[in-house]
Amino acid sequence: MNWTDAVFILPEIIVTIGASLLLIAPVAGFRGEQRTAKWSMLALLVIAAASLVACSWTVPGLAQSSGFAGMFALDAFSIFFKFLFILTIAIITLLSDEFLSQSRYSAWEYYSLLAFALCGMMFMASGVHLASIYVGLELMSLSSYILAGYYKNQLKSTEAAMKYFILGAVSSAILLYGISLIYGVTGTLNLLRIATALSTLVNNDALMFGVMLLGAGLCFKIAAAPFHVWVPDVYEGAPTPITAFLSTASKSAAFAIFARIFYVALPHFQIDWSYVLATIAALSMIVGNVAAITQDNIKRLLAYSSIGHAGYVLLGVISLTEMGVRGILVYSVVYVFATLGIWATVLVLERHEYAGEKISDFEGLHRRAPLWALAMFVFLLSLGGIPPTAGFIGKYFLFYAAVQSGFGWLAVIAVLMSAVSMYYYLRIVVAMYLRDGDDEVAVSTSGSMKLVLAVCIVVTLGIGLAPEWLIQQITSSSQWVVTRASVIPNGR
Amino acid sequence: MGILNIITYIPLIGALVILFFVNKSNARAIRIVATATAIIDFLVSLWLWPNFDASKSGDAMWQFQFKREWIPSLHVNYHFGIDGISLLLILLTTFMGVIAIVSSFTAITYREKEYYTLLLLLQTGMIGTFCALDFFLFYIFWEVMLVPMYFIIGIWGGARKLYAAIKFFLYTLAGSVLMLLSILALYFFNDGGIPFLNIAGLGNDPTFSVLKFHEIGHLIPPSLQFWIFLGFFFGFAIKVPMFPFHTWLPDAHVEAPTAGSVILAAVLLKMGTYGFVRFALPILPDATKQLVVPIVVLSIIGIIYGALVSLVQKDMKKLVAYSSVSHLGFVMLGMFALNPMGLRGSVLQMINHGISTGALFLLVGVIYERRHTRLISEYGGLAKQMPMYATLFLIAALSSMGLPALNGFIGEFTILLGAANRSIVWAVFAAVGIVLGAAYLLWLYQRVFWGPLDNPANQHVPDMNRRELAIMLPLVALMIWIGIAPKVFFDIIEQPVDYIVRKVEPTYFDKNPVTYPAVPTAPAEGHHEVAEK
Repeated sequence: MNWTDAVFILPEIIVTIGASLLLIAPVAGFRGEQRTAKWSMLALLVIAAASLVACSWTVPGLAQSSGFAGMFALDAFSIFFKFLFILTIAIITLLSDEFLSQSRYSAWEYYSLLAFALCGMMFMASGVHLASIYVGLELMSLSSYILAGYYKNQLKSTEAAMKYFILGAVSSAILLYGISLIYGVTGTLNLLRIATALSTLVNNDALMFGVMLLGAGLCFKIAAAPFHVWVPDVYEGAPTPITAFLSTASKSAAFAIFARIFYVALPHFQIDWSYVLATIAALSMIVGNVAAITQDNIKRLLAYSSIGHAGYVLLGVISLTEMGVRGILVYSVVYVFATLGIWATVLVLERHEYAGEKISDFEGLHRRAPLWALAMFVFLLSLGGIPPTAGFIGKYFLFYAAVQSGFGWLAVIAVLMSAVSMYYYLRIVVAMYLRDGDDEVAVSTSGSMKLVLAVCIVVTLGIGLAPEWLIQQITSSSQWVVTRASVIPNGR
Repeated sequence: MGILNIITYIPLIGALVILFFVNKSNARAIRIVATATAIIDFLVSLWLWPNFDASKSGDAMWQFQFKREWIPSLHVNYHFGIDGISLLLILLTTFMGVIAIVSSFTAITYREKEYYTLLLLLQTGMIGTFCALDFFLFYIFWEVMLVPMYFIIGIWGGARKLYAAIKFFLYTLAGSVLMLLSILALYFFNDGGIPFLNIAGLGNDPTFSVLKFHEIGHLIPPSLQFWIFLGFFFGFAIKVPMFPFHTWLPDAHVEAPTAGSVILAAVLLKMGTYGFVRFALPILPDATKQLVVPIVVLSIIGIIYGALVSLVQKDMKKLVAYSSVSHLGFVMLGMFALNPMGLRGSVLQMINHGISTGALFLLVGVIYERRHTRLISEYGGLAKQMPMYATLFLIAALSSMGLPALNGFIGEFTILLGAANRSIVWAVFAAVGIVLGAAYLLWLYQRVFWGPLDNPANQHVPDMNRRELAIMLPLVALMIWIGIAPKVFFDIIEQPVDYIVRKVEPTYFDKNPVTYPAVPTAPAEGHHEVAEK
């Protein structure tokens, strides 16, 4: 290790120090209000983002740079995801505002845990070594287990945390077992070296088993069927800002490592895993979207829908094409912002702990809060993939990748399931616009909520109408992954 | 700027003005802005007519083109341009737009602001769909149309509006996402192919240009054409709607408010048939020829089934809705005759159906506003009480059933000729449909307007007011105009139709040098002339 290596992880160092400071601040007698905690957290995020910009400029030859003996890469792919994570956590910080001011729980610890989770996710995005990826994943997961149980006096929340923890721990163990088998066969944990080792290996049962276990562990993290059973209960029980965190930040971090591992380490193994993953993708899309139809609780509905979305993202992994990587990146952005926008709306309606989560609570929203209803409608269209919203562009990339790589049947399932998904999204729209609720109370919103809404709507419509800028960014970000893997380049 | 952009986005601007600058309690101002927007849009679109050169053929046929880069990294261009078919459909859209808005003044009594905003948004979506010459752009406009119509049915509809609205949305969406996959397949074929499926591509520059796909269509291997066609078929056939994909239509029509039904019948259904003539036929000639028989069979079933179901309806609006299934069957039949005659009839019949069925829906709406029922059994002897209404209804019904001197005759007759050219059996079946059409419409007319005026509720119903007359008279004028002087319209679509026929059957005009008789100037003469040839 030398000092250049330290520069690589400057943002992570800053986030770790910041998270620790947030944790000890109240212990050290600094009893600021929740407001102070919020601003400290936001300041930390701004500094982290600035340091990320700075070190992305100073590190020369970004595409090749990896430090810590090939465990950590600072490349366009990871920087892209890190920016996304920081922005997501910033939005979740704003979303948590009212939850924290109304609850009796400490805001400092809450933000500290969020920051630690962020740190874990940043390591995940940069990990090019199964050990560093695993450590990042565990840091994120452990923080999320606690956050899911943050309503510690509520049975539902405790139950959610318990389920999440037990199943999460088991899946981590499975993942670790898979990693150990891969290590046993290839003798390395470095993704690139695994790829090199695999290119000469054929038909190794232990390796096959290892990849399957690794895939199963990852599928648990992204909540793909049949590893999805925990999702509805955890999403429902966790405090809503944390549900927002689980369904956006934590999920997109899992997408990032999924893409990195399968594209960089396992492309030569594609024939074996792509059909298994294709089945999982098809199952996720079908199970998630069909089960969502009958849900009356919005958190459960979105939980099932997020299972479906994990299925769509898997299309990008399976295809092993350049468009596939780009699809994962675009879809992460698209999905994160539409979902955050929806959670913001749910939070606005939530008046006390679990109230305001029924679909019927949305009735007549177009009169009580016309702008929020309209925004919610746009987010739902985006999740359903209807142009001119961002969701269409995201789905376009993924469907493109699926058709290009010969998974036409999977693309057919995907498009039909996105039509099915519109059915339950429209149920919310029906409640908002076509029914008049008896609740005449105008919805009051805080400034930070409005800010969140504005950001999400600008991103969702902006990407939908003028996607060129984002695609440019993503094209350069996907390069790292693409140039290191034998994937099909786009076009000629 | 591009004249087509102006026409497409005027309604959008109007919608934004209503949304942001007009108070929702000021219904009058909302109506004025909406009407003014629609009228301005119509007038601007009329400008296209004299400036459109119908004699141009080949690539020059696509006029008023406007092309800019939009998403370069996806090879998507913003490309507008129209030929004669699009021109007529755009004029129909802007014209029916005005009528739909004016007809809503008294029918829509709540949430006016949203209503007129959505109608105008819908207008933008429809015009954009007819203008788009880039598949990506086309798809976006195509989907944009869904949302406003969903709300129009869902908010201002009848008793089962939620069911009808969702059914409409999901049916159409399911079809269009499959179409998206076909678009992708075309894109890949033009570009690098799909190596995994052993489909070699042409290696051209990747593009979504419809004109490029027209050029390369015949190079696509027939087996691939079949699958691509299937995707398009689901997208378009649901929209048309062809039997057996028609079940959303009666629900949507019956539950939609009058203006919604008018736009749905007059323009939205044409999206399906337009899709077939613009994309499926010229791009996929082999699949088209391969699938002629199944599609014609479905069309004929549609014609006869639609007519028979109309015959037994108790609800006037449902009757008109099912008659659409029958009429659109004619359009599809003419199209898949794949000769100039059938296609010209088919295209003209799209316009005719828009006018006649639109008029019928408006008339049903007129009586519904007065009596709040559409049950045929509630009426009888209305001719005595509402002579003006009875007259206009008669003209619209006659036009719809294809009486000579009115527009429907020209369309149906040309279609029959085209079909008979291919197979006399098709024509015979289709003719049965015409007879049935006359039966259900005349029987409807008899039950509603003749007989004793015995229902007391009908005895004081006022006749049509000036606003309603102002809506109906232009429609009647158009019916007569197309009925006695269809040449103007046939001239406009002549080149595009020949273009499509050449795409589907490159040697058609070599084999049939005298392709079709001169266009009749009057129906009676036309009949003779055609018969002689």
